[in-house]
Amino acid sequence: MNHDWLMGLLGGGLIGTSAAIFLLVNGKIMGASGLIGGLVDKSGMSNWQERAAWLVGLFAVPAIMTLIWGVKPTNITGNLAVIVAAGLFVGVGTRIANGCTSGHGICGISRLSLRGIVATVFYILAGGLTVVIFKHVLGVI
Amino acid sequence: MRNLAALIAGGLFGAGLLISGMTNTLKVQGWLDVFGQWDPTLAFVMGGGIIPMAIAWALTKNRTPVLGGEFPAKSKPEADKKLIVGSVLFGIGWGLAGLCPGPSIAALSFGGVGGITFVAAMVVGMLLAPKVRALLD
Repeated sequence: MNHDWLMGLLGGGLIGTSAAIFLLVNGKIMGASGLIGGLVDKSGMSNWQERAAWLVGLFAVPAIMTLIWGVKPTNITGNLAVIVAAGLFVGVGTRIANGCTSGHGICGISRLSLRGIVATVFYILAGGLTVVIFKHVLGVI
Repeated sequence: MRNLAALIAGGLFGAGLLISGMTNTLKVQGWLDVFGQWDPTLAFVMGGGIIPMAIAWALTKNRTPVLGGEFPAKSKPEADKKLIVGSVLFGIGWGLAGLCPGPSIAALSFGGVGGITFVAAMVVGMLLAPKVRALLD
């Protein structure tokens, strides 16, 4: 198997395991946009410590890993206008849809949630169309 | 204990995102780019993530979480306007930058100015979401 695919499967397994721990131990769905959003708009302050601890792990472990094994390039575009627009869309969209790739994608699809499946279909279609338009038609990204 | 479990889960999530290549925006955009050099890695990541979670959901039957409380109830099988509009908006941003919320935090320490700007804009977007949501009511 292609090395990148194998690493994808391995990394995905870790992602699923982390979500499984959060579900089985803490009893919560590990959705990144919900956990972050609840701190941002203060709607999730009742368990802010749990959210903050999760966020610290998510930030610190990749930071430590890259310190030890070197930085993996993110290849984020240098076009700040695109970055700002993208961040705004992701922030607004995930809060309105009540989930993102982790919550709707991993946690939703794995319990055959119709909402998770519908959300995943629509964000992949919208993302695919966006790449086609902005990369191949407009040449912005 | 809840905080320790959350710290471990967040850390494993970050490690998984880094190892799988999901902090590399070109891999995400490569998956979305069906008319270019299509990169199927993200499908392996999703598949690898869904398998342990499917087992976890099966284990929740007739049990309660280790640290107490209740497991989250399955949402009603409704796909409303907010779910679809929100997911489309999210997908546009995801395609533009190749970042979603989890990887944006995982890459914050090494994503440079672009990575920090993305997270700042995402936070602003989250604060603006109630105003946009009101337009959909």
